[in-house]
Amino acid sequence: MRTIARALLCLFAAFLLGSAHGQEAMPDALVKNVTLEVVELIAKDKEIRGNRNKLIELIDEKVLPHFNFTGMTALAMGQSWNKANAEQKKRLTEEFKILLVRTYASALAAFSEQKFEFRPLRAKPTDTDVTVNVRVLQPGAQAVPIDYSMEKTAAGWKVYDVMVGGVSLVANYRTEFNNTVRDSGIEGLIKILSAKNRTLEAAGGAQQK
Amino acid sequence: MRFPGSVALLALVAACATAQGDPRDPFEGFNRGVYKFNETVDAAIAKPVATAYRNLLHEEIRSRVRNFFSNIADLFIGVNNLLQGKLQDGAEDWARFAFNSTFGLLGIHDVASDMGIEKHNEDFGQTLGRWGVADGPYLVLPILGSSTLRDSVGTAADIYTDPVGDFRPIRLRNSAVALRLVNARADLLDASRILEEAALDKYVFQRDAYLQRRRSLIYDGHPPREEQPSDEPPTPEERRSEAPVNVAPAADVNDDLRRVPKPTHP
Repeated sequence: MRTIARALLCLFAAFLLGSAHGQEAMPDALVKNVTLEVVELIAKDKEIRGNRNKLIELIDEKVLPHFNFTGMTALAMGQSWNKANAEQKKRLTEEFKILLVRTYASALAAFSEQKFEFRPLRAKPTDTDVTVNVRVLQPGAQAVPIDYSMEKTAAGWKVYDVMVGGVSLVANYRTEFNNTVRDSGIEGLIKILSAKNRTLEAAGGAQQK
Repeated sequence: MRFPGSVALLALVAACATAQGDPRDPFEGFNRGVYKFNETVDAAIAKPVATAYRNLLHEEIRSRVRNFFSNIADLFIGVNNLLQGKLQDGAEDWARFAFNSTFGLLGIHDVASDMGIEKHNEDFGQTLGRWGVADGPYLVLPILGSSTLRDSVGTAADIYTDPVGDFRPIRLRNSAVALRLVNARADLLDASRILEEAALDKYVFQRDAYLQRRRSLIYDGHPPREEQPSDEPPTPEERRSEAPVNVAPAADVNDDLRRVPKPTHP
């Protein structure tokens, strides 16, 4: 449980992927630039750390463009994805996105400064599916690896999964999603996700100082 | 192991509520009971104490406490690396212990990391996994939390060999064990809140993360490539045909919904 929780703590780094300077940027350079940019922004602006909404804005602007949320939702749904119609897929993706962003924002707010180590990408220039390795160094404990699974699309490199300490975020939702779909259908899952999001929204608003 | 009657009762209630189980977690009802018990204890004791600890002590001091216990742990991390045949890792662990215990003033400074000798993560459960022992059913242990049958055996060995257990007088040992626990829980305060936010069903989220995490640790971050995620998960019948605990080839050490198991007994 300890290691899991620590791994979760580092999920925040999933957002540290922000605006690229060009679509041609290699995926490892993209991860590095954006991570450093966002870390610096947070370090400079104390208000961001204390203000959940400002944090979410920052993530929306810098990080979201580099995630393929539809792909992430499809992977997290597994076999249940095809049971959803086009409109349901859209709503599922939207709710899942909100949940992930809130979670990240909360992790980011809690996280103090950490050192990052960027590993050079081991891939051929022709590869269209790569894993970018980043490590978060922490005193008195093993470094936590963060692996971004990225694919090349017409719109540039997009993240479709994040593994923190060997735990795939997308795979980790699969059992929950499939259980819910089995018990209460696709609509049930959308309902549960949006109820969860509304609860977090209310709690987040109350927490703000 | 014994549990208070109320916990057993809770487990029974939870067992009845479980409709269709996960093949990796045949005792889900019982586990959920223990999980609930752990949550209650955590909310009543561990979390408030850890919160106070973190608020009272500066990070500088807490990190020395962390380093002190981390240094002691390196001894048996080294043993486990040697048992797994990773001689260089084992030698590094003991070099860490040597440097940190001396130049690092009994371990409170992690000078070895500054020198570039990295810390590893090993325990007896991982060693058994490396030797080919399968996970066995998922278990939630009282107080200790997520585990599997194999990792429970590993944890028993970890506790048995724990150098802190040899501290004397007994009062010193108990204080050290308590301090280590409080420090560890304090390090997890943010993480546990995030878990709270991220999960739809905390029990399932934590279980799946634990199983993924252990698989990754056994292979030191490089588990064998899995099948494409789009593959249909195996049916429960297929999975039950695999004996839960036996000595299996290393590749079968851990299960994941994504993996399609090959029949081990043709």
